Amino acid sequence: MRSPVLEKFVLGVGAVLAVAVVAGCGQTAPQGSGGEAGETAAETTAETTAETTAATEVGSTPELEAASESYGEYVVDETEDLVDATDRFTGAVISGDVERAKRLYAPTRVHWERIEPVAASLGDLDPKIDAREGDVPEEEWGGFHRIEQALWEENTTEGQEEYARVLMADVEALRTEVEGLDLEPSDPVVGSIELLNEVSAGKITGEEERYSHTDLYSIAANIEGSEAAFRSLEPAVEGEDPELVQEIDDRFADLYATLEPYRDGDGWVPYTELDERERRELSQSVDALAEPLSRVGQVLQA
Amino acid sequence: MSREERPEQERGASGPLDGPRGKRLSRREAFRLAGAAGTGLALGAGGMGVAARGSRAEEASPDAEAVPFYGAHQAGIATPSQHRLHFTAFDVVTEDRDELRDLLREWSEAAALMCAGEPVGDVGGAGFSPYLPPDDTGEAIGHPASRLTITFGFGPTLFERDGEDRFGLAARRPKALAPIPPMPGDALRPELSGGDLCVQACADDPQVAFHAVRNLARIGRGVVEMRWSQMGFGRTSSTSRQQETGRNLFGFKDGTNNLKAEDERAMDRNVWVGLSEGPGWMEGGTYLVSRRIRMLIEVWDRSSLDDQEKTFGRHKVSGAPIGREGEFDAVDLEAEGEDGEPLVPENSHVRLGAEGGESILRRSYSYTDGIDRERGQLDAGLFFVCFQRDPGRQFVPMQRRMAENDALNEYISHTGSAVFALPPGAREGGYVGEGLFAGA
Ligand code: HEM
Repeated sequence: MRSPVLEKFVLGVGAVLAVAVVAGCGQTAPQGSGGEAGETAAETTAETTAETTAATEVGSTPELEAASESYGEYVVDETEDLVDATDRFTGAVISGDVERAKRLYAPTRVHWERIEPVAASLGDLDPKIDAREGDVPEEEWGGFHRIEQALWEENTTEGQEEYARVLMADVEALRTEVEGLDLEPSDPVVGSIELLNEVSAGKITGEEERYSHTDLYSIAANIEGSEAAFRSLEPAVEGEDPELVQEIDDRFADLYATLEPYRDGDGWVPYTELDERERRELSQSVDALAEPLSRVGQVLQA
Repeated sequence: MSREERPEQERGASGPLDGPRGKRLSRREAFRLAGAAGTGLALGAGGMGVAARGSRAEEASPDAEAVPFYGAHQAGIATPSQHRLHFTAFDVVTEDRDELRDLLREWSEAAALMCAGEPVGDVGGAGFSPYLPPDDTGEAIGHPASRLTITFGFGPTLFERDGEDRFGLAARRPKALAPIPPMPGDALRPELSGGDLCVQACADDPQVAFHAVRNLARIGRGVVEMRWSQMGFGRTSSTSRQQETGRNLFGFKDGTNNLKAEDERAMDRNVWVGLSEGPGWMEGGTYLVSRRIRMLIEVWDRSSLDDQEKTFGRHKVSGAPIGREGEFDAVDLEAEGEDGEPLVPENSHVRLGAEGGESILRRSYSYTDGIDRERGQLDAGLFFVCFQRDPGRQFVPMQRRMAENDALNEYISHTGSAVFALPPGAREGGYVGEGLFAGA
């Protein structure tokens, strides 16, 4: 029951071999660099999270209890914000305001992306809210990305009203689920890493927001969510291994510095503006952080 | 006995390490202890000792043998060449000199363990925390050491990049460590060339070589980034008299007239850096030049046997010089055929290789990176690696002669190039490259 370690090796002529190793299952899936492969890896990630989140129980200390409590509050806050933002976004879709809907799309999703591992583990809401084209049978496909496709590919909200209403209902359902949620200390531990794996496994290739190219919003949100999870644990880690906290702090700072040049007003430039070298730099910076972050789990066996 | 079966206490450094307060150690701390304790790692003197000692044990059980990491010279140079290569060049991303130094120490400690057939810390057996990734990635569990060697080197850009003295090391840069100048016909690709650091992992088992590079890359994450990587198979250059000469992808014996590790005098004269040329921290080290050479297999396969043999100046099957019978018969550059033409043609590869009198230790591997999408042809060739005291006086003039005149040029294209200074080996408790940082 361990989180997947994702490695990327560049082999000679720009060929990228992504190997998803789900430690503990001893299962290795070599994959090419194409979009399909990335998706599979991302799905593996999500599934593992769900299992891990559901099944882990840990002997607790006051610090760890405080950690799961404060992380729980963060998840609730982000869910509230998601509900409000989705309300505005779906409102724009239903009223036929394409420009406003486009403007609100990415900032709305930020709240989902920050808490994705927890949110995705609840009920069967993840595929309804966040499936990309091809993840689910065509007739079942709805949620954010369905509307994203209409907005950017066809520049319309026509025919999207029903998807918008269902999305809103699903997000409301998520809030209900989250309210009854009792998080374990392992949730922020796993969550902090899962969120970075989301970036490494899928988003770095630009396939998540394939129509709107707002990937940097999702990437930044994943990183922020990862940091929030880590911060809730920080007091516990500080007592065990202050050097590790320092190392993680430094790597978060490096990663934010790598993102900084792509800021655009309140948001981010389209992901298509990053060339191969810049994407690789970002990916390396994420890997550099994820490695020490994966050692935070040591607090759970104290 | 495989690693898995070994009882806990015997596994020494590789077992779960408990710190002073019974707390688990971080991976870094675990290395440090393991390195300091040096449990069971000193299997021999290293360097030449290994090469000389290698033969008989090698015959008895070729794969299981462990080559000592520690020794006067780094292993993987004079070591009889193994079957597989995994070479990776790294760029340093930290600006902190201490982080770089600490990484080199951790790398040596991890390398010593892996070369002894031990995992790098805990592989995640019983008792390991379910909340942590295991220290070692695990794919070498149950694989013997397989004569793994791990060899480290420093590229010119580590000392100075774009005029910037990145780590206060510029003054310590060896004169001999200069970028290889452009050569006629070069088709070099920057993403397959250069690098601040190199790791050459050779083993008889490709999974063991992969495991070594992967775990070193993991340890270095955040301090270094992989720049390019090359896997190799079918060692082309025999480097020891004990080995049969292998064949390259053109089907020719390769390494017949190579320096041999047993010729200690020739090795001292041509490969190992002496005291006189300096800098002091390189004494007992050497310089590695690598060239990724694409071989146009399809074009070669259409050329006649006569063309093929004249290209090299040797017979294909026997490996003998043209007009001679035995593989090891001397190459006579003066010999002429009945037509008055030299038997070993003017523009043949071995003539150009021999003509200048330079001598290098070649230790290359064949590679394939699948299919060249542009042409739909095999992307295969030679990952050429050679060692010498001074690339400027050995590799460079030799390569220039070849680049200008070699008949082989019709069939090859140099796509990658790199040069690295390989410091001497480390003693137990020390690390490779220590001399570069000592007192500086
Ligand atoms: C794809 C590229 C190459 C191929 C296929 C190749 C193949 C060969 C072969 C078949 C031989 C004869 C057997 C032997 O003595 O080992 C040979 C000899 C040699 N090669 Fe290469 N080689 C290549 C590139 C190079 C390069 C780049 C250099 C150095 C600049 C080099 C240096 C030498 C030397 C010094 C000899 C020995 C010549 C003598 O003294 O007889 N080769 N090579």
